[in-house]
Amino acid sequence: MDKTYEPIATQTLGSAAASVIFGSIPQTYTDLVLIVNTQTSSNVNVFMRFNEDTSSNYSDTRLVGNGSAASSGRLTSQTSAIIISGDPSLNFSTYKVDIFNYTNATTFKTFLIRSNTADRAASLVGLWRATPAAISTINIRVDTGTFNTGSTFTLYGIKAA
Amino acid sequence: MATFNLIQTVTVGAGGAATINFTSIPQIYTDLIVYLSGRYDNAVSFNAGALRFNNDSGNNYSYRVLRGNGSSVDSFSGTTSYIEFGTNQGSGSTANIFGSHSAYIPNYAGSTFKSVSMDQVAENNAIETRMQLTSGLWSSTSAITLITIFPGGGYNWVQYSSASLYGISKT
Repeated sequence: MDKTYEPIATQTLGSAAASVIFGSIPQTYTDLVLIVNTQTSSNVNVFMRFNEDTSSNYSDTRLVGNGSAASSGRLTSQTSAIIISGDPSLNFSTYKVDIFNYTNATTFKTFLIRSNTADRAASLVGLWRATPAAISTINIRVDTGTFNTGSTFTLYGIKAA
Repeated sequence: MATFNLIQTVTVGAGGAATINFTSIPQIYTDLIVYLSGRYDNAVSFNAGALRFNNDSGNNYSYRVLRGNGSSVDSFSGTTSYIEFGTNQGSGSTANIFGSHSAYIPNYAGSTFKSVSMDQVAENNAIETRMQLTSGLWSSTSAITLITIFPGGGYNWVQYSSASLYGISKT
């Protein structure tokens, strides 16, 4: 039986890095799943970009629970998609990103993020509204500091059949 | 090897069970996923469950919860001897309805602290329901070899509660 959930690439940091890039993403799947298990060197946001697009084409709406209050917010016209806000405890955190219909060149791209840090639980829905293009590159990065050694990043492809 | 591999399924039999355990977890995968369908034998409508690794009953766990019940939302946290595994129905809720849970555990065989992402719903076809997102952390560098999931308050899983553990492979 053909596999429908396939690992495309995985990266485990042997040394600290400020960004991790998945390039030349095969265009043979229906959807993508990105799993990130990472620790940052300082309390900073973790971001994601598609196709190295640095224009103000990203927006999101989120639900957040910080252990004492629930909240919702949104950001529009951002130059990156925020995967998670900073984690003051600097523990390892887990992010799961579902990216839908990533190969089509006719519609904007939407994605769901589940973010888990020692500081909060969050769910986000994001939009990338660059001129419709297939996603061929994903860049996960921090603005300052680095991802620590041992952080892992894995991209999976989902086949419809 | 497939990417998504069933390691073990546990189904609770007649008489119920105090815990659901996955033991001797193979260390050959990248990540683990638990899917659980459960209901408790306590008389209340809803009750929280708990997740524990390697039989570690020390206060080495912390969690943050975001929860909605159909009319309001709240958030709470804990630093204790387990990660809250979300809410399941008890006998006080609508009959024959079980809660559904998923837990994603990346890098379970590694030597860093273990971060867990959990989603849970306990729909009830009644006034109150529960939906919950949980971020959990086990502050241990040990590889996960055993997972225990149990109802809070010393209650039991009822018959037909079930859970499956999957291993995710990168190859």
